[in-house]
Amino acid sequence: MEGKATRDAYGEEILALGRENKSIYVVDADIGKSCKTVPFSQELPEQHVNVGIAEQNAAGVAAGLATCGKVPFVTTYAVFGSMRMSEQIRQEVCYPKLNVKIACSHGGFTPANDGASHQGIEDMGVMRSIPNMTVIMPADYYAARKLVRKSAEYTGPVYLRFTRDPIPFVYDESVELEIGKAHMIRDGIDVAIIANGDIMSRAVKAAEELEKKGISVRLLDMHTIKPLDEEAVLSCIEEIGRIVTVEDHSILNGLGSAVCEMTAEKGKGRVTRIGIRDQFGESAPYDYLLEKNGITVENIIFSAEELLKN
Amino acid sequence: MNKNEKVAYLKEKAKELRKTALTMIHTAQSGHPGGSLSAADFMAALYFDELNIRPEEPKWPERDRFVLSKGHVCPILYSSLALREYFPYETIYTLRKQGSILQGHPDMKVCPGVDISTGSLGQGLSTAVGMALAGKRDRKDYRVFCVVGDGECQEGQIWEAVMSAVKYQLDNLTIFVDNNNLQNDNSCDVVMPTGDLKAKFEAFGCNSRRINGHKMEEIVEALDDLRDMNDGRPKVIVGNTVKGKGVSFMENVVMWHGVAPDKEQFAQAMSEVEAM
Repeated sequence: MEGKATRDAYGEEILALGRENKSIYVVDADIGKSCKTVPFSQELPEQHVNVGIAEQNAAGVAAGLATCGKVPFVTTYAVFGSMRMSEQIRQEVCYPKLNVKIACSHGGFTPANDGASHQGIEDMGVMRSIPNMTVIMPADYYAARKLVRKSAEYTGPVYLRFTRDPIPFVYDESVELEIGKAHMIRDGIDVAIIANGDIMSRAVKAAEELEKKGISVRLLDMHTIKPLDEEAVLSCIEEIGRIVTVEDHSILNGLGSAVCEMTAEKGKGRVTRIGIRDQFGESAPYDYLLEKNGITVENIIFSAEELLKN
Repeated sequence: MNKNEKVAYLKEKAKELRKTALTMIHTAQSGHPGGSLSAADFMAALYFDELNIRPEEPKWPERDRFVLSKGHVCPILYSSLALREYFPYETIYTLRKQGSILQGHPDMKVCPGVDISTGSLGQGLSTAVGMALAGKRDRKDYRVFCVVGDGECQEGQIWEAVMSAVKYQLDNLTIFVDNNNLQNDNSCDVVMPTGDLKAKFEAFGCNSRRINGHKMEEIVEALDDLRDMNDGRPKVIVGNTVKGKGVSFMENVVMWHGVAPDKEQFAQAMSEVEAM
């Protein structure tokens, strides 16, 4: 596999941003090594804060820094960044709409051998529920570099989710992405696959296989699940009517839910959600965890074909 | 102004703050009088002497910052802002009303002079640490003042924040602990004893002292002493206070944490404060 972990993309891009803009800060909570912020902390110590194992304080300190014009990236794991500091994010970041970014490694099943405690499977759903929050998961290394930069350019709270482990390249460095705008990887008329994050390479493979079978697929990278690109989802509903969502996240409250909400309100179109089946993970190989939840190329193909039968 | 004149002036201001806070809570028939009254004297010293602020330019970058970590006592903050003319005095009659800049808990987006939105206990101090840290990194002279409750010190995040203030040597941060020993349900000793808060802050590495939080002389002396003590240690003033201070039937009565006085009670409260 040719690929790279998106946490590496974060570490590289945040360093580049920090060099360019002295207002960019990293607020670490002791896991900078794992989240790839060590080069930033070494080269830009005046823009680096490490509050130790104290995530709640990390979010609050970042909010205070933001009121003074800094652009802090609170850096931790998805589980802690979405839930240990959830209410701090709500009260001190999102309610006052401060310019704080929550940048999290270890999204979904990518910390596979760490077990359930470290696998953030419901994080994007939690963050999606809070007003003023933008929620993003890039599909590969190149997308991550672009979306980290876009997040720094955007004024307001952003939750970013990265992978611990390497994931295949889907793009190259020429890719252009906009927050809140779906990226169409391929266009088609029979089935729409809307996916994001680390399983994108599986979605691409499934789309290719379906094409071979004569099924035309529109594949969207919905890297931003909030604000959702409603226009892109609506056109899938109106023009295609059959949608498979795929995510390395709970089928509750994430991408699949967001798409279903729109489809239900529209009163037309059908959706099959592929994602984590509302159950915890365990220490196991990444591929096994995905298979256990049906997050596979085969199941994407099967789900698309089932939708076409009706 | 010499010291005696200053103390007399600030005592008068504290009275005005108390009356304004009581008036707004009475008008709204909602709000938190007990903790507003216990913090009144310190707030008077801050807003009418210590803070380097420009009410006509609330976002002045060089201003001293103020964080009301115990956000529910915002009537005393709003009173300070009203009397310093951040907004027209009549605004106090809109507390907790739809569309008001005086939300039930402070909202920085709508209320001039509010440096950070608070209301969820235990969180404000962390934001004050962030502001003080930004000041240090930017080599600015502004200071940050933060009022926390004693009951609030039951939140673990307070101690996370204190650790980080000590680590980053934030001697531009002053924490006032409103040690009135009452909280929502009962006395702190019954609900969850907070122990000797001066000793606890000291043990964490702060420059900590205990005063009578209602004696203006002691408040002024503490602020005078601490102003130039910049040895890297965050500053803490633990004020022994009385919840409901100034209104006999509210003093040390748990119920007055979050209840508004009726018409008769309000009239009595106002005359008692006037006679303070």
